[in-house]
Amino acid sequence: MKKYTDRGKKDTRGGFGEGLYLAGKADPKVVALTADLKGSLKMDAFAAEFPDRYFECGIAEANMIGTAAGMALTGLVPFAGSFAEFVTGRVYDQIRMEVCYGKANVKIASSHAGITLGEDGATHQTMEDIALMRALPDMVVINPCDWTQTKNATIAAAKYDGPVYLRFGRPKVADFMPDEPFEIGKAYVLNEGKDVTIVSTGHMVWEALKAAETLEAEGICAEVIDIATIKPLDKATVIASTIKTGAVVVAEEHNMAGGLGELVAGVLASTSPKPIEFVNGRDTFGQSGTPSELLAAYGIDANGIAEAARKVIERK
Amino acid sequence: MRSTEDLKKIASQVRRDIIRMVALAKSGHPGGSMSSADFMTALYFGVMDQDPATWTREGTGQDTFILSAGHLTPMYYSILSRAGYFPVSELASFRKFGTRLQGHPSVRKGLPGVFQAAGSLGQGLSVAVGMALGKKSVKDNHTVYALCGDGESEEGQIWEAAMFAAHHKVDNLVAMTDVNGQQIDGTTESVAGLGDLAEKWQAFGWETISADGHDMDKILEAFAKAKELGGKGKPVMILFTTEMGHGVDFMAGTHKWHGSVPNDDQCKVALGQLPETLGDF
Repeated sequence: MKKYTDRGKKDTRGGFGEGLYLAGKADPKVVALTADLKGSLKMDAFAAEFPDRYFECGIAEANMIGTAAGMALTGLVPFAGSFAEFVTGRVYDQIRMEVCYGKANVKIASSHAGITLGEDGATHQTMEDIALMRALPDMVVINPCDWTQTKNATIAAAKYDGPVYLRFGRPKVADFMPDEPFEIGKAYVLNEGKDVTIVSTGHMVWEALKAAETLEAEGICAEVIDIATIKPLDKATVIASTIKTGAVVVAEEHNMAGGLGELVAGVLASTSPKPIEFVNGRDTFGQSGTPSELLAAYGIDANGIAEAARKVIERK
Repeated sequence: MRSTEDLKKIASQVRRDIIRMVALAKSGHPGGSMSSADFMTALYFGVMDQDPATWTREGTGQDTFILSAGHLTPMYYSILSRAGYFPVSELASFRKFGTRLQGHPSVRKGLPGVFQAAGSLGQGLSVAVGMALGKKSVKDNHTVYALCGDGESEEGQIWEAAMFAAHHKVDNLVAMTDVNGQQIDGTTESVAGLGDLAEKWQAFGWETISADGHDMDKILEAFAKAKELGGKGKPVMILFTTEMGHGVDFMAGTHKWHGSVPNDDQCKVALGQLPETLGDF
């Protein structure tokens, strides 16, 4: 299979910080807002370079979203950031009315998504945010897989005219994607295979590649797709791949309800149904622990993906 | 600059529009629309630097207005149409299927004059704060106005915006509260113990001005004072003391007309108390 080299472990939130800084350099209309989490969202470089375009909002997320919407009305391009739970669940109504219904060009920067937030536990670990943001008309949902792709997705989000939910994470993970412009709405086929399609997003993409290596040793040739943009979904790529392989695994650091798994299942059910297995949370909250402990405990990792692949191939 | 008498005439027509719009739609919110009609008429016809002919949603080069209490659409649409943003005849479509005049303001139907959606309470002040910061950022030396309800001030986000605006010295912002003392379930005191709003806003670092929201001279004085206070490092809140349903005797001073609509007979009585000054739609 195609080899991907880990250039060194880096956090996707760091990729966001770098992308924000570069987007800010390229476009003076880019501004950043945060609710007392500048360091956590790696906004320091942007804030230092562009102090007049950086707005500390304090621990008041609802006002941050509304303020960002008001700024967007005047032509600015605001990135409003906090932890994933606090920029989705806490402010769903604000995003719904002011950003989506209100057609404001606001980018929601969502860090520490999923259980890999780790030790802080379930209050801070959202497994529901993709569902909430996917449900909103006009919202673009992007969940890049590594530092480099997050950087490039951030730059692409700044150029895109409309609401974007940009989801990334806390832990340091493999950095392996080529440094190339990010295409919103494109599914990236990282490895071509014939026996099973592994559809993955975010941190699960590297896990999917690891699973594909394990499966290759067993004589199974897995196609690995990086769904960096969950909405709008690149349906054509997913459908074509599953017609070729005849079996699908969907892996995400998110609960089943409203996640990528349900989305892909819905698309395939109405086009070309195939056996499908899911690697995700099942109506669950997280808990304290290290990221790797938690991923293993919930079965959301390379092992879980490989196991799901074996199972789904048997159902062909 | 229009005379006080002219503004009063416009306000009377706005109240007629409000009654006729909600009666035609058989739904809507006349109470707060009528309590805010006088000072909002003064704002659009005597205070704001705005021009329907060159209006854009970005609002660049003009004063802008954000309605936070989104249910006040009868008043808002009447004033926008009377100010020339869209044909007055369109008021008859209020709340009807396919209308640009949605029950609460929308930016998705192409209605000129509307900068942002509103309806879910407590959010518009934040938008106004953001728009004011945006104006500073693009060096647009104009003022952003916003209208909140007193009942709406029970929303926590209002006070998030209050703290943020003062901290960031958003001094090109003039917010208004329509203090009619009423909300759906009763008086603001009985429902939520709203307390002294002037003290609260001052404690949050705002300049406050209190004025009779039905006395056109006092209203213009309040706006003039707000202008003087602009650009001095603090946001300004004008607390207009008003009466819900003001202008029609049987609707005045009670929460019962917050979201209720007069029947045909009540409509006749109400319109009999409000002189037609500019021609009904």
